[in-house]
Amino acid sequence: MSEQTIDLKKRRFLTKATSVVGAVGVGFVAWPFLSTWKPSAKTKAAGAPIDIDISKLEAGQLVRVLWRKKPVWIFMRDEKALDALNSDGLIKSLDDPDGTGNSKNQQPSYVTSNFRSIKNKESVAVIVGVCTHLGCSPTYRPEPGAADLGGDSWKGGFYCPCHGSKFDLAGRVYAGVPAPTNLVIPPYRYVTDSLIRIGVDPEIT
Amino acid sequence: MKNKQSWIDQRFPLTKVFNEHLAEYYTPRNFNLWYFFGGLAMLMLGMQLVTGIFLTMHYKPDSAYAFASVEYIMRDVEWGWLIRYLHSVGASAFFVVIYLHMYRALLYGSYKGPRELIWILGMLLYVALMAEAFFGYVLPWGQMSFWGAQVIISLFGSVPVIGPDLLVWLLGDYAVGDAALNRFFSLHVIALPLILVVLVFLHIVALHTVGSNNPDGIEIKKNKDKDGIPKDGIPFHPYYTVKDIMGVVAFLWLLCAVVFYAPALNGYFLEHANFIEANPLKTPEHIVPAWYLTPFYSVLRAIPPMFGSQFPGVLAMGAAIVILFALPWLDRSPVKSIRYRSPIYKWALGVFVISFIMLGWLGVQPVTPLNVLLARVFTALYFAFFILMPWYTSIGKTKEVPERVTG
Repeated sequence: MSEQTIDLKKRRFLTKATSVVGAVGVGFVAWPFLSTWKPSAKTKAAGAPIDIDISKLEAGQLVRVLWRKKPVWIFMRDEKALDALNSDGLIKSLDDPDGTGNSKNQQPSYVTSNFRSIKNKESVAVIVGVCTHLGCSPTYRPEPGAADLGGDSWKGGFYCPCHGSKFDLAGRVYAGVPAPTNLVIPPYRYVTDSLIRIGVDPEIT
Repeated sequence: MKNKQSWIDQRFPLTKVFNEHLAEYYTPRNFNLWYFFGGLAMLMLGMQLVTGIFLTMHYKPDSAYAFASVEYIMRDVEWGWLIRYLHSVGASAFFVVIYLHMYRALLYGSYKGPRELIWILGMLLYVALMAEAFFGYVLPWGQMSFWGAQVIISLFGSVPVIGPDLLVWLLGDYAVGDAALNRFFSLHVIALPLILVVLVFLHIVALHTVGSNNPDGIEIKKNKDKDGIPKDGIPFHPYYTVKDIMGVVAFLWLLCAVVFYAPALNGYFLEHANFIEANPLKTPEHIVPAWYLTPFYSVLRAIPPMFGSQFPGVLAMGAAIVILFALPWLDRSPVKSIRYRSPIYKWALGVFVISFIMLGWLGVQPVTPLNVLLARVFTALYFAFFILMPWYTSIGKTKEVPERVTG
């Protein structure tokens, strides 16, 4: 009766079963550790909308504010700049001028396709100042014809110093640069004519 | 004395380990200058650990205090400037030594069988070292720290489908900030140093199992005397320990010259923009990674976006590192050392070295159409060195390898 033979098949099964249960246990223990890397409750609470007074913003001027820890540009374009944004010459050199291709998720539905601003407020642009390539903040280069940016073909816009991506004054990306999509337009609304609230959509009227 | 030694030996194999790895570890007698760099890399690891421990005593891993605490170390802590410059120059010196150490492996075929595992462990060390250096560069929280972190972490954001969520998970926030700084500090001072030390241990255990290669690429274990000792081998201690001390003295002399007279090395070791505190609203006009990462950065910049995503460029950059792991299996040459290789291999290696240096140089240059074109050419040549290797190492006439080491 004590002369039992070793059942190798059973032993192998038990080894495998124990290993599987052990692996599941490791997974359960790993979860809380990996979860500590997610944004904390405090971080999540810090993403509230912000208000910007634009009553003193002049044509050509750009202000930078931090929204959800990202730079957001609010800048005023003059008539000439708006005309340039509509010109065929510029539109032909852009990757996705009307935001229906690669860039279709880069702006809320209520901004116009060419100026990428809220209707009847065409001159004021609100753009997240983060390059869609690798997250640098492009430099504001509004002067048309800048020699270091291609001379006459440069209609004014933004130049990313990190990898050379170019955007126009509506944040639309040029074709053939490293950035794959247009810059992001955040949700925003006009609380009054001169007060912009970034982080919320316009109220439905 | 003898009694103490045997008391320990009965409880721990002290004499056995000393003999196996030093006094009776036989190394080829024909080592040249290139063989200093493995030991120097260990010296640099030791120096980085010691200076790092002391810097941690004064540094504050908080985005509100980090920049000021580094300036505090530089100005107010007694001799703090020396410890900090030893650490920052040490990081670059570490990479100088590692690149020369790796080039030695290319010259003498040290990655070829039976040393494939040594090469793979070494490559893992190289990758861990790049991560360690990157996290360290973020800690002073200057402009270059911040924007460098932004760019490198954004690489993960380009992964299809899961990218944006992965990015938030890695940062612990929706942008680079305090959460990222704090976790990078933890990785820099605990996780990666531990990994590096363990990998160095494994690298050396693997090396001492198969034995060192040499400039002739001859296995000295094939020629043993009647006692089983390689005829072309000499004990590592005292012969090479003493020789290495000479290398260490010469190296420390150069290191001190940089530490004392040019600690920022004109922006290559510490970039000018990093003396300005991090500003999330403004990217510096000339942003480049630390010099030791620029070849891969150039590969990234050389690849245009495809299908509305920059992921192909990120993949190419990853591939430029990963392909190095495959080296032992890409090389079909019957000989190891450059001394007996075919002329076509010497050409290929020359082109590779030029490509790597040019990619590194282009990585610190501004983006112009000509530079992009050059980066694409040298990226193609860089990959051609590896992809064509099975072909060009199997053709071409190699010289006959002698029985015994020369020189």
